[in-house]
Amino acid sequence: MMPLYAVLLLAAGTYAYRAAGPLLGHRLALSDRLRHLLAVAAAVLLVALVATGALTQGHGFAGWARPAGVLVAGVLAWRRAPFPAVVVAGAAATAVLRLCGVG
Amino acid sequence: MDMRSLLRTLEHATLRDIALVCVADALVGASFGAISVSGGLPLWVPMALSLLVFAGGSQFAAVGVVLSGGSALAAVATGLVLNARLLPFGFAVSDVLQGPWWRRLLGAQLLTDESAAFALQQHDPRRRRAAFWICGVALFVIWNLAVLLGGVAGGLIGDTDVLGLDAAFPAVLLALVLPSLRDRGTRTAALTGAAAAVAVTPFVPAGLPVLFALVGLLFAGRPGATPHAGKAGKAAGTDPAGPEAAVSAVKQEAR
Repeated sequence: MMPLYAVLLLAAGTYAYRAAGPLLGHRLALSDRLRHLLAVAAAVLLVALVATGALTQGHGFAGWARPAGVLVAGVLAWRRAPFPAVVVAGAAATAVLRLCGVG
Repeated sequence: MDMRSLLRTLEHATLRDIALVCVADALVGASFGAISVSGGLPLWVPMALSLLVFAGGSQFAAVGVVLSGGSALAAVATGLVLNARLLPFGFAVSDVLQGPWWRRLLGAQLLTDESAAFALQQHDPRRRRAAFWICGVALFVIWNLAVLLGGVAGGLIGDTDVLGLDAAFPAVLLALVLPSLRDRGTRTAALTGAAAAVAVTPFVPAGLPVLFALVGLLFAGRPGATPHAGKAGKAAGTDPAGPEAAVSAVKQEAR
C-alpha cells in the first residue's frame, strides 16, 4: 500500500530537485562528474527494476512466462517498434505462454 | 504569459515533435494508471502521484516497489534516487525559468526529461522559453488525463495475470531506458546493478534489491570516457544518458 505521506514525501523531494536549478542556478554550478553520476544512477535503477520486475516475485523466481514476455518487448523496443506494440506484445506473449501452461 | 504567442514562436516541426512525445507519453500514462489500479491500488494513488510527482519513471518505480510487497519508504527512496537526474536538468534550463518567483515555482513543476530536452534543443532564448512551457503544460494536462483514463480502465480488468499485465510493467520501463544504454559506461553500470539486485532479492526485504543496484555506479566511468559518449555528449551539450535520449527515441519511432 502507498499511504498519502509517502506520496507527499516523494512529491516534495522531487520538487526540490526541480526547483533547485531555477532558484539557485546563478549562484551554483554542478560538476560534470555529478551530472554524469545522476544520469547513470537513473539508468541503473530503471534496469534493476526491469530485471527484478521481470524475474522475481516476492523472494523467488517469477516463472518463465513473465521474463519471456519482457524479452519479447525488449527485442521489439530495440528494433524501434512503436511503444504500444512493445507493451502489448510483451503482455500478450506472457498471456499466451500461461495459456499454454508455462508458469 | 500568452500561450498563443508562445505557439507562434515555435517552428511547426518542433510543435509536431512535441505533439508526438505527448502521444507517446499518453500511452505510458495510461499503462501506468491501468497497471496501478489493476494491481490493487486505489485510483487516488496513481492520480496523486501523477499530479504531485509528475515524473513517469519514478511513478512506475514507486508503484512497482509497493505492488511487489516493498515498504512505502523503499518506494520513496527509489523514486527520489531516480528523480535526482532532474537536479542537473533544472540547472541546465534555469535561464528559461526567469521572471517573478511564482512563475519560477510553477515552471519548476513542469520540468521533465521531455520539457528539458525540447528547451535545450532551441538556441534562441525566446524559443527556449516557448518550447519549455508548451511542452511542459501540454504534457502535464495529457499525462494526468491519460493516467485517469488508464486507471478507470484498469479497474475493469479482472485477472491481470491471465492477460500478462505483470509483464507490461517491466516492458514499459525497458522501452523507456533502452536509449540511454547506448553509452557503454551506463550499460556496464546498469547490468552490474541489475545482477546485484536480482542476486540479493531472496535475502533482503522487498523494495530494497533495486537500491542495492546502485553498487553498479562503481562502473559508471567518467563523463565522456568512451568515444561514443564523448561525441554524443559534446554534440548535444549534455550527458548521453540525458533527456535527449528519451526524446530522440520517440522521434525515431515516429519515422
